[in-house]
Amino acid sequence: MLLAYLPILIWILLCAGLALAIVFLSHVLGRKRPTGAKLSPYECGITPVGDARSRFPIKFYIIAVVFLVFDIEAAFLYPWAVIYKKLALVGLLEMAVFMAVLLVGYLYLWKKRVFDWED
Amino acid sequence: MGVTVSQYLAVSALLFAIGVAGVLLRRNMLVVLMSVELMLNAANLAFVTFARMLGGVEGQVIVLFVMAVAAAEVAVGLAIVLVVFRTGETTNVEDVSSMKW
Amino acid sequence: MNEYALGQGLWEMGFAAAVPFTLVALSAMAVLLADLWLLPSQKRALPWAALAGVLLSAASVAFLWNEEATGFGGAIRLDRFSAFFAMVFLLGTGLVVLLSSAYARREGVERGEYYALLLFGTSGAMLMASAVELVTFFLGLEILSVSLYVLSGFFRQRPASAEAAAKYFILGAFASAFLLYGIALFYGASGSTTYAALRESFGSAAFPYSHGLLALAASGLLLIGLAFKLGAVPFHMWVPDTYEGAPTTITAYMSVVSKAAAAAAFIRVFGASLSSLQQDTSAVLWVLAVVTMTLGNVVAIAQTNIKRMLAYSSIAHAGYLLVALTAAGEAGYSSVLFYVLAYVFMTLGAFGVVSLVRKGEGGADAGAEALDISHYSGLAGRHGLLAAAMAVFMVSLSGIPPTAGFFAKFYVFSAAVRAGEVGLAIIGVLNSLVSVYFYMRIVFLMYMKEETVPVRGSRSRAGWVALAACVLGTLLLGVLPSSFARLATESIASIF
Repeated sequence: MLLAYLPILIWILLCAGLALAIVFLSHVLGRKRPTGAKLSPYECGITPVGDARSRFPIKFYIIAVVFLVFDIEAAFLYPWAVIYKKLALVGLLEMAVFMAVLLVGYLYLWKKRVFDWED
Repeated sequence: MGVTVSQYLAVSALLFAIGVAGVLLRRNMLVVLMSVELMLNAANLAFVTFARMLGGVEGQVIVLFVMAVAAAEVAVGLAIVLVVFRTGETTNVEDVSSMKW
Repeated sequence: MNEYALGQGLWEMGFAAAVPFTLVALSAMAVLLADLWLLPSQKRALPWAALAGVLLSAASVAFLWNEEATGFGGAIRLDRFSAFFAMVFLLGTGLVVLLSSAYARREGVERGEYYALLLFGTSGAMLMASAVELVTFFLGLEILSVSLYVLSGFFRQRPASAEAAAKYFILGAFASAFLLYGIALFYGASGSTTYAALRESFGSAAFPYSHGLLALAASGLLLIGLAFKLGAVPFHMWVPDTYEGAPTTITAYMSVVSKAAAAAAFIRVFGASLSSLQQDTSAVLWVLAVVTMTLGNVVAIAQTNIKRMLAYSSIAHAGYLLVALTAAGEAGYSSVLFYVLAYVFMTLGAFGVVSLVRKGEGGADAGAEALDISHYSGLAGRHGLLAAAMAVFMVSLSGIPPTAGFFAKFYVFSAAVRAGEVGLAIIGVLNSLVSVYFYMRIVFLMYMKEETVPVRGSRSRAGWVALAACVLGTLLLGVLPSSFARLATESIASIF
């Protein structure tokens, strides 16, 4: 059964081999005359200014982390919603407790001014 | 000819091993953090596989819990990396060694 | 549905089992929110609010002392065992909060998050002890661990504290991943994650060979995770650095609560559910116990920093706990419970003294913590009470009567002998003899040497109350051990 796929395997090997051979040959045979312009990261583009790994304001990080945590919590809502009717009142109350706990976290972030972008 | 349970488990074990190797070998704290996440996700894959094998959904629900825990862990982990970077200007685990016995 | 019926329904669903740790978690949230609206001058109320939460939860545990309930589809269970551990955790947390009230203010970390995280950690520990399902246990462990990761790095400006948090976090997360994979394998082998299902699947020796292998692999992974939490060699690397770098009160909390929680979970999983695998696990535990005791005690001798010395001492004590876990059986496990209770008093007391001793006038860093062992020379002349308290804790930690430490070790070693582990008991006793040296060195320095560096004790009244409670507890357990031992035996009997 696997034998039926043999031509595809051969084809993949051929393609990969050809591509590798071309890259390898041009590396070996080609002439190399590096100049300043050629070595710049964007040869025909804008000259880079400074290091790409610059620091950026901590706010982005905090927002990202807050998003991460709250996003994952939302994942619990889906399975709950699917069997919402079967869970009846107890299910509703349990979700209310869950949301209340999240609300505590939200209030905490709010008072800590995490959502104030300006200042 | 579907993928069998043992094949899934093999992938999961492999992912776990890659994660372990990453924690033990890599020196950048962020990469170490990612490796730990890989280990947790390997366990998730095992849970889902077993859930399929056993024909229940328990394993899938467990995965949700694990994901929530992993998110909390990552949030705290990143904050700790940040604090370490601010006090010592490094994220390399080998540089974080002011205390020795 | 009227109110009464709803209450009745919740009760029948076993919500009672969740009451103690829910109260702790609620008070944690209350403290967290209250802090946001408090003026800086009102922050002194925070520790008292946290203490109120602890007392409230303790009251609920006392109220439910004779109840038994299983809740949330067999995920958590309230019985004498979880009640005992809940009391131990609450006692430890209460004492730490008292010690923290002055310490946190002095070190500039008097914030709502500090107390909230302490309480969250305690609720996690309580969840670990009352969980009868692996994923619930994992959640409890993570709640405790994540709180502790943050707390150990609470001195954000100090490199040592950041380093402590980083090391604890990396190794802790690593260990939890092992533990989780073990849980996954157990789920695969038995089709469920409840302890009852584990006992059913692996309770008899007749389970299929392949399942046996899977269960062994899973036990190994679970064991790694728990040994890490206990701080057992070879998973102890984080202990000295984290204990040294973390705030002293947090170190005290870590060494007591997180160790006790790991022991509780261990007894529930390996003692009560997987006893059929005991032959295989006890061989591993035997080796772990021997290396842990020996390394802890030998390396502690060479320390010059008091927190680091106590860290190695806590590794050694994890080794004694492992002796009791190796011995297994009701005698072994009830000796664990007694040990944990004694350990709360003596270790919290020792760290409490450390948190109260400060460098005196005349130095550039007057008022900073006096953490060098040499700072303790001549302490008796200047602070008689502080030195006397420290002497009691040191005597107890080295296991000399009439203190709690003596009976704790006595029960552990006699359980080991009764289980036929005579060699292990002898190694344990020899290790205790080694430990006398470095514990008594502190006493010797305090009473026999002249003062080298001026130090002074903090006058925090709450701290002194906590110390007095620790001294009382240490002596009480040493003078009247039998009633507490009976309590431990009863608690163990409730889970077998």
